[in-house]
Amino acid sequence: MTSSQTISPKTSSADPAIVIRDLTKTFGPTRALDGFSLTVPTGQVTGFLGPNGAGKSTTIRILLGLLKATSGQATVLGMDPWTRSVQIHHRLAYVPGDTNLWPNLTGGEAIDVLTRGEKGSAHRTRRAELIERFELDPSKRGRTYSKGNRQKVSLIAALSRDVDLYIMDEPTSGLDPLMEAIFTDEVRALKERGRTVLLSSHILAEVEKLCDTVTIIRAGRDVESGTLAQLRHLTRSTVAASTDADPSDLETMDGVHDLEAGQGRLRFDVDDATVHDVLPALATMGATNLTITPPSLEDLFLRHYGDDLSVTEDEAAANTGGAR
Amino acid sequence: MTTATRAARKGQHTHRADTPAASPLTGLGSLIRLYGRLCRRQIIIWTLAMLVMVPASVIAMDDAYPDQEALDARAMLLDNPSAVMMTGPAFAQDDYTFWAMVANELMLYVLIAVAIMSVLMMVRLTRAEEEAGRLELIRSLPTGRLAPPTAGLLIVATANLLVGLAVTVGVLAVDGPAVGSLALGAATALTGMVFAAIALVTAQLTEHSGTASGLALGALALAFMVRGVGDVIERQGSWLSWFSPFAWAQQTRVYVDLRWWPLTVSLAVIVAGLVIAGALSRRRDVGAGLRPASAGPEQASSVLLAPGGLAGRLVTPMMLAWAIGLSLFATAFGALASSLDDMVADMPAVPEWAPIDLDDLTTSFAAFVLMMLALGPIGLVVAGVLRLRTEEQEGRLAGALLAGSSRTRIALLWLLVVALEAFVVQVLLGLGVGLGVWQATGEPRWVGEMTAASLAYLPAIALFAALALALYGLRLRLAGLAWALMLWTSIVTLLGDLLGLPDWARSISPLHHVPLAPDAEVEAWPLIVMGVLAVLLSVIGLLGLRRRDMVAG
Repeated sequence: MTSSQTISPKTSSADPAIVIRDLTKTFGPTRALDGFSLTVPTGQVTGFLGPNGAGKSTTIRILLGLLKATSGQATVLGMDPWTRSVQIHHRLAYVPGDTNLWPNLTGGEAIDVLTRGEKGSAHRTRRAELIERFELDPSKRGRTYSKGNRQKVSLIAALSRDVDLYIMDEPTSGLDPLMEAIFTDEVRALKERGRTVLLSSHILAEVEKLCDTVTIIRAGRDVESGTLAQLRHLTRSTVAASTDADPSDLETMDGVHDLEAGQGRLRFDVDDATVHDVLPALATMGATNLTITPPSLEDLFLRHYGDDLSVTEDEAAANTGGAR
Repeated sequence: MTTATRAARKGQHTHRADTPAASPLTGLGSLIRLYGRLCRRQIIIWTLAMLVMVPASVIAMDDAYPDQEALDARAMLLDNPSAVMMTGPAFAQDDYTFWAMVANELMLYVLIAVAIMSVLMMVRLTRAEEEAGRLELIRSLPTGRLAPPTAGLLIVATANLLVGLAVTVGVLAVDGPAVGSLALGAATALTGMVFAAIALVTAQLTEHSGTASGLALGALALAFMVRGVGDVIERQGSWLSWFSPFAWAQQTRVYVDLRWWPLTVSLAVIVAGLVIAGALSRRRDVGAGLRPASAGPEQASSVLLAPGGLAGRLVTPMMLAWAIGLSLFATAFGALASSLDDMVADMPAVPEWAPIDLDDLTTSFAAFVLMMLALGPIGLVVAGVLRLRTEEQEGRLAGALLAGSSRTRIALLWLLVVALEAFVVQVLLGLGVGLGVWQATGEPRWVGEMTAASLAYLPAIALFAALALALYGLRLRLAGLAWALMLWTSIVTLLGDLLGLPDWARSISPLHHVPLAPDAEVEAWPLIVMGVLAVLLSVIGLLGLRRRDMVAG
C-alpha cells in the first residue's frame, strides 16, 4: 500500500501533510506541550528546531499515535493519529533519534522486521542499495552495533519504504560526516519525488541545508515559523566598519542596537528592516571596510533561547522527568 | 640548582613527572561508593527480607511441629526421596530435634535465595555495566583494570555478609543455639559467594548479561539437582552430593553435629572461581566475550516475519531452556515414585504435609509433583508476557507498531505465542513425569495418564498469561504485580499445608482450584471459570493497551 495509489497529486498539494493546532500534552504536573501549533506542507521538507526537552519528541510521538494528546488537534495525512494510527503507519516512515535494536537479531533481520509490510522486488532492490550506500554490515547482531550503525539500521528501514511522509527525529545523531552527506542526498531525493519530510533537529547546518520552512519550538510552544528568509527578516544583521567620525549620530537612529566604537572601529546590530536608513549615515561618516553579516540560525536560536536560558533549562529538566 | 629553577622545573609540563603512580586497583574507593549506591536498595531489601522471613519460618515450624511426636513423624518423611530432594540430607533422623528439623527444612531455601541474589547482583555490577557501555566510561577515567570487578565483588561480598548476619540474628532472635546459628549465617554467606564467583566467571564468557546470569542460574539449578540426587543415593550425602555447593553448606551438620571444615571447600572454590575469572578477563577486550559474536543471516526469514514471529523469536529460547531443565526434573521426580510404596506403613502423617492420599500413593504423588511443576510454565508465561513490557520500555515496540501492526494485534499475537509455548512445556512436563513413573513402576499407562493430566493446568496457565497482559495493558507499572500472584501461588502450592494457611488465603492461588489430576476427579467448572476469566482479562488488557500512552519510542 503506497502513496501513489492513495493520494493524488492534486489533493496532496492542497492539504498539508501534518496540521497541529493548540496541542497540549501533560505528564502528571508537567506540561510537555503547551498550545503548540505546526503545519507541514505536502511535498516540502519542514525543519523542527528546538533545544533538548522543548517537546520535539513528544510532538512526534503524538503524530505517531504513541501518545494521546491531552487537548488540541493533530492531523496526519488527513487522519487523527490516535484513532487511525495503523492506517497512517502504512503511509509514513519514522526514524527515531536513538534506535534500540533487538540484541540477538541481526541488522538485516531488524530492517525486515521494521519494514514488515513491504513486499516485492522494488523494495528488495532499494534495501540492498541503501545497505550499500550506508556501508552497513547486515549480518552483525544488534548488540554489537555502534550507535552510528544502529542509526543506519533505522535510516535504511525508513528510507527503503516508499511512503508519503517521513518523520525523522534527530536522524543523523551518531552518523559520521560522510554518512550525513549521504543522508542529505537521500532527503533531497525524497523532496524531488514530492515526498513530505518532517525533520527534527538541533543541528542548524542540517536544517539550513535541507529545509524549506522551519518551526521553532521552545518550552512546548511554537515560537516562530516560516521560511528561513522570513525568519531571518525578523532578526538583526551585524554591521562592522572602520571610521574616524563621531558615531554618536548612529546611536539615536531607529533600529540600531548595541553600538560599540573606539580606536577607529565601530560595530553594531541593526534591524533588517532599517538597514536602508543606516547605510546613508555610514556613507556620510566615510566608513571603510564595511561588512554586514546576515544572521545565522545560531543567532536566531540564541535570540529565542538566549534571553532566559535558566527557565528553559528548568523546563527541560522537568520535561525529561515527566517523560519517564 | 637554585630554588627558583627547581620551582620552574616543577611548573613545567612534563608528562612523565605529572603522571601519578597507578596500580590495577586505582580508583577502587570511588567505584565501591558508586556500586554501593547502585545496589543499596537491593542489599537493604534482601537483608531485611532474611531478617523477617527466617524467624517467621522458624515460628511457623514451631506451630506446625509442637511436640516430639510431630517431629518424629516429620523425620519419617525423610525416607521419602522427594522430601530429601526438596530439603537436605537426613541427619539425626532417629533423634530429630526441632533445630535439626529447622536446618533440614529451611537451610536449602535460604541458600538458594542468597545464591540467586549473588548471581543477579554480580552480573548486574559486571557484565550488565559492561554491556551497557558504562564500564567503558569508567575505564576511561584513571581506573585500574581490576578495580571494577574487585569493587563489584566487594559489594556482593558485603551483601552476603549482611544477609549471613541477618540469618544468624534472625535465628538467634527465636532462641536458636548460638554456635549453630553462627555457622548457619557463615554457610549462607559463603554459599552466596560461591555463586558470586561462578557468576563472575560466566560474566567473562558471554557479551550478554542475560546469558551470563542465565548460565550462572543454570549452574544453580544443576547444583540443586546434584545435591538432591546425591542425597537420595545416600541419605546423609553421597560422593555425588559433594559436587554441589549446597552440600558444602549443608554438610556442616548445623544444629546436629556441627563441623566447620566443609566450608573450607566453599572457600577454596570461591578462590578458584576468582582466579579463573581473573585469568579469563585478562584474555579478552572490554565489551567482548571469550568468543566473538557470530554473524547471522542478512535477511529475516519468513518465520520471523510471520504473525507472532518476533514474539516467538524473542521468547522461544527461554521456553526451550526451561522446557529441557524442567522435563529432566519431571522425569527424575516421577522416577522417585518407585520407592514410595515401601514406606506407606511408616508414614501416617504425610497427608498433613502434602495433599497425598495413602491409598494410592503413586497416583497422588505423581499428581502432586505435576502441580508443583506447573509453577514452571506459569512463571514462563508471566515472564514471556512481561517481555512485551521490556520491548515497550526499550522503544522497540514502537518500531514494530510503525511497521504497520496495531497494538491490539501485536499484543494478542504475543499472548497467543507465549501461552501456546507454555502449554507445550506443560504437556512435556506431564509426559516427563509419566515417563519417570513408567520407569519406576513398569506400567506404560502412566505416560498417557500423566500427559492427559497435564492438560488440566492449561486454563490456570492461560489465566496467568491473561492477568499479566491485563496489568501490563492497564498500566505499565502494574505489570510486575503478576509476579506477586505467582509468588503467592508458589507459597500456597509448596508450603500451604505446612504453614497451615487458611482456606481463603489458599483460594487466591489459581492452582488451588485445579483438581489434582489424575488423583482427584477432574471437575470441569473451575477450569471453565478460569478459562472465561482468562478471556476477560485478555480483553481488558487489550482495551487498556489501546487507550494508554506508549512509554518509549
